[in-house]
Amino acid sequence: MLRAEGLRHSFGGGAVRALDDISFTVRPGQTLAVFGPNGAGKTTLLKVLAGLIQPQRGRAEVAGGRRAIGWIGHQPQLYAPLTVRENLRFWASLYDVRPPTDLLTRLGLEEHLDRPVRALSRGLVQRVAIARALLHDPTVLLLDEPFTGLDRVAAEALSQLLAQHAGAGRAAVLVTHNVEEGTGLATDVAFMRAGRFVHFAPRAGRGAAQVSEDYRNAIA
Amino acid sequence: MRLPELVRHSWTVAAKDLLVEFRSRTAILSAAVFVVLVLVVFNFGRDPTAVSNVDLAPSILWVTFTFAAILALNRAFQLELENQALDGLLLAPIDRSSIYLGKLIANLVFVASVELIGVPLLALFFNVRVLPYVGPLLGVIALATVGFVAVGTLFSAMTVRTRVAELLLPVLLLPFMIPPLSWAVLATGRLLAGRPLSEILGWLNMLAVYDIVFVALALLLFPATVNE
Repeated sequence: MLRAEGLRHSFGGGAVRALDDISFTVRPGQTLAVFGPNGAGKTTLLKVLAGLIQPQRGRAEVAGGRRAIGWIGHQPQLYAPLTVRENLRFWASLYDVRPPTDLLTRLGLEEHLDRPVRALSRGLVQRVAIARALLHDPTVLLLDEPFTGLDRVAAEALSQLLAQHAGAGRAAVLVTHNVEEGTGLATDVAFMRAGRFVHFAPRAGRGAAQVSEDYRNAIA
Repeated sequence: MRLPELVRHSWTVAAKDLLVEFRSRTAILSAAVFVVLVLVVFNFGRDPTAVSNVDLAPSILWVTFTFAAILALNRAFQLELENQALDGLLLAPIDRSSIYLGKLIANLVFVASVELIGVPLLALFFNVRVLPYVGPLLGVIALATVGFVAVGTLFSAMTVRTRVAELLLPVLLLPFMIPPLSWAVLATGRLLAGRPLSEILGWLNMLAVYDIVFVALALLLFPATVNE
């Protein structure tokens, strides 16, 4: 479903090595959580997987191409002067779909559809961003710190949506520096430091506390 | 990608840009005020006994349009950087050329709106007769505008991720604007002087060739320019 082979990428003429020989496969139903400190190369990895950055070496492949990918990042990819409805209609038309009403209901967005995005709270904006990412029913989700700015209700709604996504046999890659946030959703866990995976293994029943300890040991 | 899809996605992007501009009205207002201000200042600053209105008007018209267009082109991709919407566009399963075409259409509508304000004001302030030549004049304006907006839209995409985008865009764009602007000024001058249409056909052809070449080049180069 998603495969990365020997990814290498650097910025500033090689001064900053963002990806250093990263290879992995994510199969249907798997959710890979990648933990790492700031600057470890997590966002670059996601951008390479999404095709937004061409890696200098190696290749990344997502079954189904760009149509199969849903992206939730810390920036919502929305137009602030437009209403929620206008934003969702715009993005849906690029995917030749209609915004699914049940998704809007689950995210509690129905009563906010005619409000401009610039008038919404940070948490509501992030909910709209989640709706935007899921409106074309993607089979591979790429999540970059998706819980940033979410209130508790929205965070729970997102967790449920992600659990459903995995339950439907779909794949996800989640990157975050917050181990507590991502562990519950993960089937597999990777720790990233200076562009390399220093740990990659199934979660195998480990809880957040155990993964946190493993993370500290691996990154230290 | 098939042509109907390319056209539909281009129009979707253009309609979104125009709606964003309609809601915020920031760029169109500043460009319109700029056009009015420049024409008023030139009107009071000129010496009608030194240079005739018909000789002066074409240059002033095109200088005004050039800088008003740069205001528009600077914002074309800037709005995509807010909230990283550009990444969303690049992730969407559409031909990247349709992003360029959508931006081009929106920029053309924007610059044409400013030009529609500028032409009557020029006729009013400089007392030049525009109505008898309005058809050919609109033709010259349309051909020249398509050319430099096509190049400007591409450069706007290239420079938007740099720290000095607002400085870099005019520095890159102005040399490419010299040929179409020169032909447009010469053709406008002949038209306003009441010369026969046959005298400007050569410049119109040059403008049309420039448009075809640079729209085609921009369509080819755009996908590469938006990669990080």
